[in-house]
Amino acid sequence: MEAVISRVGRGEILLADGAIGSLLMGRGLARGAAPESLNLSHPEMLEEIAGLYLEAGAEIVQTNTFGASPLKLENYGLAGQAAAINESAVQAVRRAVGERAYVSASCGPSGRILRPYGDTEAEKMFASFQTQMQALIGAGADVVCIETMSDISEARLAVRAARSVSPSIPIMATMTFEATARGFFTIMGVTIEKACRELHEAGADVIGSNCGNGSLQMIAIAREFKKFSALPLLIQANAGVPELRSGQVHYPETPEYMAEMSLELARVGVAVIGGCCGTTPEHTRAMRRTLDKEWKKPNGHSPA
Amino acid sequence: MEILKQIAQCLEAGDDAGVTPLVRQALEDGIIAKTVLDEGLIAGMNTVGEKFRVHEIFLPDVLLAAKAMYAGMDVLKPLLISAGVSSRGRVVIGSVQGDLHDIGKNLVGIMLKGAGFEVIDLGNDVAASTFVATAKKHDARVIGMSALLTTTMPVMKEVVDLLKKENLGGRIKTIIGGAPVSQNYAGEIGADAYGYDCAQAVAGVKKLAAAVQ
Repeated sequence: MEAVISRVGRGEILLADGAIGSLLMGRGLARGAAPESLNLSHPEMLEEIAGLYLEAGAEIVQTNTFGASPLKLENYGLAGQAAAINESAVQAVRRAVGERAYVSASCGPSGRILRPYGDTEAEKMFASFQTQMQALIGAGADVVCIETMSDISEARLAVRAARSVSPSIPIMATMTFEATARGFFTIMGVTIEKACRELHEAGADVIGSNCGNGSLQMIAIAREFKKFSALPLLIQANAGVPELRSGQVHYPETPEYMAEMSLELARVGVAVIGGCCGTTPEHTRAMRRTLDKEWKKPNGHSPA
Repeated sequence: MEILKQIAQCLEAGDDAGVTPLVRQALEDGIIAKTVLDEGLIAGMNTVGEKFRVHEIFLPDVLLAAKAMYAGMDVLKPLLISAGVSSRGRVVIGSVQGDLHDIGKNLVGIMLKGAGFEVIDLGNDVAASTFVATAKKHDARVIGMSALLTTTMPVMKEVVDLLKKENLGGRIKTIIGGAPVSQNYAGEIGADAYGYDCAQAVAGVKKLAAAVQ
């Protein structure tokens, strides 16, 4: 399978999958349980979900390892099983997608705050990410996706940890921004300009943003990234901001709407488009259909 | 008083090493501990909270300011206790489910301590029965709950229902917050208050605790 980087380098747009957590809840994941514990107890569930996204047209399918760094798993008393939890997750997605899609190894924040603001030493956090990366990459992930980061120092540690394990694996790294009166910032105060510079320096191959925002804000975020970086860009929007309707949570952006928006993201120059919270295989399918139909390959089309 | 202003500014700058000698100095100058707390530390923390709310500063600044506040509190605490300055009461807080999602809850905890409450933080992933049992055991006036996941919000209702069942509804008040939560939801489940942000949460707790007194 040709590497992700050479494909996006040619100007191809790759479609990534959508949310996993909500689908797991629908399959009976207990409230308060670590979603990653299912990697050992019910890998068939993850295989099934990966299969749904593959079938919907995703070319990049994520592992259920967002919270599977040892530091994070410690909260559930599962740190000792980190390696097995990460390996099992990669194997489950691989069984589902074979070589028809890239297995993307998800890595979310540690849940700790680095000194001097918090109590965690950088060395300890790096070691935790490194343990996770060894398992993910060792089990055969095609690409690493470090995501939902708000602290640039933590994001850099994760990128460096992945790079320390493999000099060649493509590394994608995304952060979550909030719109303020003074522009976009993460909750830790990181600007898009700073994210571009520091993620690049740390060794990320693809950078961008996920979570926290619906499609319209994400288009604005993508434009801002384009101002400061020439690296391929990854954007995974939420299906809007959740609303409550008679006690039930509802994500307002429909598959059709997000498909339209994916076209706009393509016009802005986003290389990898996917979904975050609230998106489903139906969203992926609609995006696939629209991009296939409306988006011409770069040499045959001049985006507005 | 100039020194109280300096304490507040030092706290806003997150200078925990600087706050301690200033607090000592203020006490030596004859200012009573309660005034140093209210007009120095808490005044500074309120400014920090407001600047955070309008995105003028971010989480690292708040965390450093909190450290500075604790440094100042360490000096004041024995004096406040011996002066018989009572706390505003106890508050039990927790997230109904874990994640990065405890950032908001932690901030509210810091601000509540700054406002003079005794805070019992149950952390993440707290069951309804634990909230209620802890509040009963420690004679808390308010239970503050945070949820970021829509799937975990029903725990808030369980707490409210459990308090009602045990006839504690008037004695222990409830306040809720978190991204998917709203004033409407608070009304729907019968919670006593809703905090849109940290400042509102603290204001809400103050009001509820006063009502219980």
